[in-house]
Amino acid sequence: MTDPTLLVGLGGVAGALARHLLGERIEEATYDTLAVNVIGSFLLGVLVAVPVGSDLLLLAGTGFCGAFTTFSSFAYETVRLAEGGYGWRAVRNAVVNLVGALVAVGLGTVVAGLL
Amino acid sequence: MSERLGRLEPFLLIAAGGFVGAALRFAVAEALPAQALPWGTLAANVAGAFLLSLLLYENRLVGSLGPETRLVVGTGFCSSFTTYSTFAVETAALAGLPGIGAGAGMPMLAVANVALNYALGFAAIGLGQVVARVLA
Repeated sequence: MTDPTLLVGLGGVAGALARHLLGERIEEATYDTLAVNVIGSFLLGVLVAVPVGSDLLLLAGTGFCGAFTTFSSFAYETVRLAEGGYGWRAVRNAVVNLVGALVAVGLGTVVAGLL
Repeated sequence: MSERLGRLEPFLLIAAGGFVGAALRFAVAEALPAQALPWGTLAANVAGAFLLSLLLYENRLVGSLGPETRLVVGTGFCSSFTTYSTFAVETAALAGLPGIGAGAGMPMLAVANVALNYALGFAAIGLGQVVARVLA
């Protein structure tokens, strides 16, 4: 078995770079964070619901999906919206990320069942 | 050659931060095993939100750290150390989602996990701002 920290770290490199490249294509910061959070949650939902083996789960799940998605940017952008007087948009951002990610996880497990 | 390295530099900084952030999140999760709630993800999300807030408000208020620091610490480390997908999967597992839930769901624990991550995560952003103002 490969060193788990190395697997997670290498997945993290790919996840961080992919998030950065996607973010450069989307102008609005909250939308690119929402996009990575929903897409990454779907992928992780698939990965945890199929028996992929622990090495691939560490590399692609904990490493890539974990790093591709982000909680810190989501929290910062939500608080910035509230500070800027956009309280309703802040609440909407918090709810849409949560519902979007949970639905994506559910969809991922359904897709995994079809594989 | 040096020009090529110049264009590659942002990617190298993000990659380095991403490696350390993901590996450290894994280490925290291993050190804080999930008992009732997945404490490792909560700890990483709250600590990473505080550090990102400190970095970004320092940039707004003082701006002495520079774009390289923001890439390696912010885009690389903080964003990879914290995670939304693991948080979402763990919340769904607590709620007993078929396929990943460990048997009977515990909806109250799922709600508690969301409430703790959101409340402490937003508070950490506020605390980062306060500390950045004090240091400024």
